Amino acid sequence: MKKLIMALTVAASFAVAGPALAADKLKIGFIYIGPPGDFGWTYQHDQGRKQLEKELGDKVETTFLENVPEGADAERSIERLARAGNKLIFTTSFGYMDATVKVAQKFPDVKFEHATGYKTAENVSVYNSRFYEGRYVQGVIAAKMSKTGVAGYIGSFPIPEVVQGINSFILGAQTVNPNFKIKVIWANSWFDPAKEADAAKALIDQGVDIITQHTDSTAAMQVAAERKIKAFGQASDMIKFGPETQMTSIVDNWGPYYIERAKAVLDGTWKSHNVFEGMKEGLVVMAPYTNMPDDVKKLAEETQAKITSGELKPFTGPIKKQDGSEWLKAGETADDKTILSMNFYVAGVDDKLPK
Amino acid sequence: MMRIEIVKRPQHSALFSALSPFIALFLTLIAGAILFSILGKNPISALYSYFVEPLTEVWSIHELLVKAAPLILIAVGLSVCFLSNNWNIGAEGQFIAGGIAGSILPVVFPDFQGWYVLPIMLLLGMAGGMAYATIPAFLKVRFNTNEILTSLMLVYVAQLFLDWLVRGPWRNPQGYNFPETVQFSDSAILPAIWPDSGRAHWGFALAIIAAVVVWFMLSRTLNGFEIKVLGRSSRAGRFAGFSAGRLTFFAFLVSGALAGLAGIAEVSGAVGQLRTSISPGYGFTAIIVAFLGRLNPLGIIAAGLVLALSYLGGEAAQISLGISEKSARIFQGIILFFVLASDSLIYYRIRIVSRLSDTALKGA
Repeated sequence: MKKLIMALTVAASFAVAGPALAADKLKIGFIYIGPPGDFGWTYQHDQGRKQLEKELGDKVETTFLENVPEGADAERSIERLARAGNKLIFTTSFGYMDATVKVAQKFPDVKFEHATGYKTAENVSVYNSRFYEGRYVQGVIAAKMSKTGVAGYIGSFPIPEVVQGINSFILGAQTVNPNFKIKVIWANSWFDPAKEADAAKALIDQGVDIITQHTDSTAAMQVAAERKIKAFGQASDMIKFGPETQMTSIVDNWGPYYIERAKAVLDGTWKSHNVFEGMKEGLVVMAPYTNMPDDVKKLAEETQAKITSGELKPFTGPIKKQDGSEWLKAGETADDKTILSMNFYVAGVDDKLPK
Repeated sequence: MMRIEIVKRPQHSALFSALSPFIALFLTLIAGAILFSILGKNPISALYSYFVEPLTEVWSIHELLVKAAPLILIAVGLSVCFLSNNWNIGAEGQFIAGGIAGSILPVVFPDFQGWYVLPIMLLLGMAGGMAYATIPAFLKVRFNTNEILTSLMLVYVAQLFLDWLVRGPWRNPQGYNFPETVQFSDSAILPAIWPDSGRAHWGFALAIIAAVVVWFMLSRTLNGFEIKVLGRSSRAGRFAGFSAGRLTFFAFLVSGALAGLAGIAEVSGAVGQLRTSISPGYGFTAIIVAFLGRLNPLGIIAAGLVLALSYLGGEAAQISLGISEKSARIFQGIILFFVLASDSLIYYRIRIVSRLSDTALKGA
């Protein structure tokens, strides 16, 4: 017993001494919704974390908690990171929003960065990515490449971020083929390889010859490869899982943003903001255009260049909603608030939006 | 060829019954030390961050109570079910039903405010859980349906119903169409017990009260006696004039009410709004807690705290040692394995039978 107490005392003194040694480093914490090995959403955030470590070297020290459920547990996990001495904390899923804001109130000297939400505070920033810009390019490619004129779309949850992608995809496709259609299947999960694979099979059986997904695993890409049709990757470059299949992928490139924000904390210039960035700022990157003829590749690159320069905005009228009513007049562009709360389909989507 | 048999011991040792938790703890510490050494971590600091670190800070003790409250509440109710031989596996569904029913006031009538809101919410939560638990009880009594299957399947129904509600009719109109309800107003929030030092809410106090009341009922009343008799031998119970059907309803109603109460306490005290998912599987974890506490409500309090500690410890170890979440979970599994194995080995022994002696036996 005496030995145990001694051992514990030693351990305790180590535990206390740990943070003191690292006092001049900026400690940065990350909360992940999934495992870094999902090769999708969380994988890309973890890549961003690694880039940050590489770029800033021994000025920073990063920690992460993975598979943190949204809700009551998230609040504890975030608070734990704050108490462990992290001065900058990235919470990388929408569902962490209220927990982030609550913990931020308790730790005014810690900076918080919440991904894809809408609530900010003095020490809470929001960062979001215009993934839909990449979807538009994918739509253009899909309409060029599809023989059946129908693409299959595997959705996670019918939240604005996903609906933006579906609408942007069909709008891109309609510039090539005005009669292009999309079929949608909801997986009701971000990461469920079995369900995603089933959804892909069902869509292919219904006659789609292009698959795109807004879920985090590589399962759909693998099914598309087996069935010898083309597909788009999601969140990260999935070319390894479909060397003959992937035409491109929307790669979430968080590294530069994480580096910029960490530097701001180090300089003392960090300020709360709400950013919604895309291709122009480098948050949305397209994986190399592969498995397509040169003319399609050229068109894709041109479209990408126009979006990057700001010349082309995917949500520009005339656009009709699915029910035939007018959404945007010719030349009118949707504002960010409408985009961020989008809960309706545009014309051409062959699905009823779950309400 | 060898075969392993598990044989019931004619008598179990009172000494080992009492020692069993300590033996389990000892074995866990050794297995944990080996596991962490293989991972290249200092085993002592790993075990420290698992079992001690979460208890060294006040806020963390609060978190322990937050995590333990739903587990204890649900497990206490389940003990009544399991003792009476009713296998309610659907506490998760009853938890959700309670969360939904209790949220009617703050979500649908947010302007209805006052001191009486919270008591009504808690009662509605209990009613919701009870109503949901009545379904498998009725099916069992009336049609002799297997309650393990019906109660389990109703979990999925409840989860999908909550999902539909929060995406559709109950969605926050100002919430950018994200699937969550409005934040509850202050009068609908179960308050913190000591708000200055952390966020443990009155749900934990309710859990303790429930445990003591159920303990009293089980050990000191005729009703408790009836539960135990019918649970061990329904034939003997029938001779004593006890009704198995009535008891099934009683057990399901008690456990449904407590699971429902846990649901609304969690939603109102810890989350503050309804979301598409309000439980990381409390209803299932509580089954383990119930058995860990040997189906004794007072033991369940301890078991709930231990299990909650293993969650918090796993998180602490991820941060202070950088072990992965998977290793933290494996260690949690090791704890449960040793505790449950030690308990089983008190009642059962393992006999290794070789084919040879088997045939010899048959020959004789």
